[in-house]
Amino acid sequence: MKFVVCVKLTPDTEQLTEVRPQDVGTDDLGVTMVMNPWDEFAVEEALSLQERYDGETTVLTVGGEESVEALRWAVAMGVEETVLLSDPAFADSDAWGVAHILAQAIRRIDGYKLVLTGKQSVDGNSGMVGPGLAAELGAPFIANVVKILDLTEDSITVRRMLDEGIQTVRVALPAVITVSIEINEPRYRTFLGIRKAAKLAYPATAADALPGLDMGRVGAQAGLVRWTNLRKPPERGGKVEFIEGGAPAEQAARLADKLIAGKVI
Amino acid sequence: MSILVYIDQFAGRAKLVSWEVLGRAREFADQLGLPLVAVVVGQNVGQIAREAIAYGADRVLVVDGPAFAQYRTGAYAAALKAAIAAARPRIILAPAVVGAREVAALAAAQARIGMAADAQEVSLDADGRLRAERPVYSGNILTTVIFRDAVQMATVRSRSYPLPQADAGRTGEIAALDVTLDAAAAGEEILEFEAAGAGDVDLQNASVIVAGGRGVKGPEGFEPLRALAEALGGAIGASRAATDGGWVPYNYQIGQTGKIVRPDLYIACGISGAIQHLAGIGGAKVIVAINKDKDAPIFGVAHYGIVGDLFEVVPALTEALKARLGK
Ligand SMILES: Cc1cc2nc3c(=O)[nH]c(=O)nc-3n(C[C@H](O)[C@H](O)[C@H](O)COP(=O)(O)OP(=O)(O)OC[C@H]3O[C@@H](n4cnc5c(N)ncnc54)[C@H](O)[C@@H]3O)c2cc1C
Ligand SMILES: Nc1ncnc2c1ncn2[C@@H]1O[C@H](COP(=O)(O)O)[C@@H](O)[C@H]1O
Repeated sequence: MKFVVCVKLTPDTEQLTEVRPQDVGTDDLGVTMVMNPWDEFAVEEALSLQERYDGETTVLTVGGEESVEALRWAVAMGVEETVLLSDPAFADSDAWGVAHILAQAIRRIDGYKLVLTGKQSVDGNSGMVGPGLAAELGAPFIANVVKILDLTEDSITVRRMLDEGIQTVRVALPAVITVSIEINEPRYRTFLGIRKAAKLAYPATAADALPGLDMGRVGAQAGLVRWTNLRKPPERGGKVEFIEGGAPAEQAARLADKLIAGKVI
Repeated sequence: MSILVYIDQFAGRAKLVSWEVLGRAREFADQLGLPLVAVVVGQNVGQIAREAIAYGADRVLVVDGPAFAQYRTGAYAAALKAAIAAARPRIILAPAVVGAREVAALAAAQARIGMAADAQEVSLDADGRLRAERPVYSGNILTTVIFRDAVQMATVRSRSYPLPQADAGRTGEIAALDVTLDAAAAGEEILEFEAAGAGDVDLQNASVIVAGGRGVKGPEGFEPLRALAEALGGAIGASRAATDGGWVPYNYQIGQTGKIVRPDLYIACGISGAIQHLAGIGGAKVIVAINKDKDAPIFGVAHYGIVGDLFEVVPALTEALKARLGK
């Protein structure tokens, strides 16, 4: 059984506050970069499926040379096959463009059954590449998967989380799913894995190696949406007002008065 | 040409955010002099179509039938795509909530329409083109998304716009829309549905949220928080420490990997205020923090703080509020 996971290199979540608007879109954000945390769950799930169902996992990423780090991360977790999709022509593709590139590379993986992505990236935050891939591949799409119940040669059965409850859903393979954080506990990268990952070569697959690629759909020019006016959110004015002194009951009473006086409630 | 809004519903009940979004789209329709079309997808959803007229739609396309009885991403996306083909909209808006968000993205990808996800503000520029304000980098950067093509789409978060006044006297046209499903959409089978706990208030709609973290210490620790939420007609939320502990279900989690919320009042109890948690509450109007540790980062974003034991403060606050609100 062949599994495919799409991963992205994103800022360490602890350092997201330090990213400067003027650096967005450059290849150096000046912060530590890691595998998008949501994607770790997708990699973990593929690795455990591979153990359960005897299969192979290929991890793909689209990005500049630096995005090799996301593939190293995957290798250090235990992934064997990786594909770096990198070409100046890919730069600044929008979500549909990234999905188009990924789909062309996935189509070259003979007999792929299941494509996993993270629920969203911590930088783009859009959750669009997964559905974009499903549209490109003409495959069923299930988001927010919290458990994979069963996998056969031609179908997958999962639990999908909605706000109103949990559905058990079955679709035909190949399919695209996005996983939710409760699905598993990602394994740590091992020391040996990190060493192995550092030694491997990650040759880039460029546009000319993807015969089905429509150049009119990738790169900045092809983007249907564009981010403009990047800025920091306005700072909240004022500091915390501590309700001090007295017993908890008195403090609570004073807070209640303030909330009511301020028409908060 | 038109403005099109996807009305999200579950089990025959429209979600409030659908009407909030429809209200904003009504303003666009008036500014541009275009008809406002709504699309409703489900089974026996005629009542929702009538509500859509009352909330401002000029025309409602109804995709109704057993194939749409339950939420199915592929089938619902096919319905939205059919509505796009029928209404030929310039602008398409949909609620940014679980389910609708995926339907919108899948339909947009299939129809190759540029989309901005999770906008917290949508407006028209001088040429009548859509602009979407959305947070990126988990709320640490804001951007204005602009669109290349004539057709422009965005999903819009809950509580970004007020609920419009429904006018039962409004009239409009309701038309059935036939949708044929391709194999991928038709083959999505729902085998079972397990409803979430009864009485849960939708976090994204809540005007008051009482959230608990590791400091509540266990599932029972949420009881005093529930009492406070109940007194305020609010919802319960949680930090990841509390959901990871299994004290409340995962869909209560607020933050970067959980829900993004915009209540009028957010009361954080026993939550330290990790960056990933704060990513979910930037839209709260007033934040109250109750924490034993006066140096907890949550106090850095809170408007009011009480340094103390939540097990003493929270029940006292419930009593004080009940007394004042006459409950
Ligand atoms: C990639 C990634 C994504 C994440 N996403 C999220 C997310 O979406 N949401 C989220 O919440 N977290 C998220 N986290 C986890 C986050 O980093 C924190 O670990 C988590 O928010 C901590 O939860 P907490 O504040 O409840 O617990 P703690 O940080 O342990 O804080 C507990 C607080 O309770 C106080 N306390 C203890 N007892 C009492 C008492 N009796 N009365 C009053 N106060 C008391 C303590 O002083 C302390 O401040 C994420 C982490 C990562 C790495
Ligand atoms: N450049 C990329 N390369 C590979 N996978 C990606 C890329 N961008 C996004 N993804 C995948 O799509 C998911 C959703 O990302 P996004 O649509 O940016 O929120 C991520 O969790 C990844 O699994």
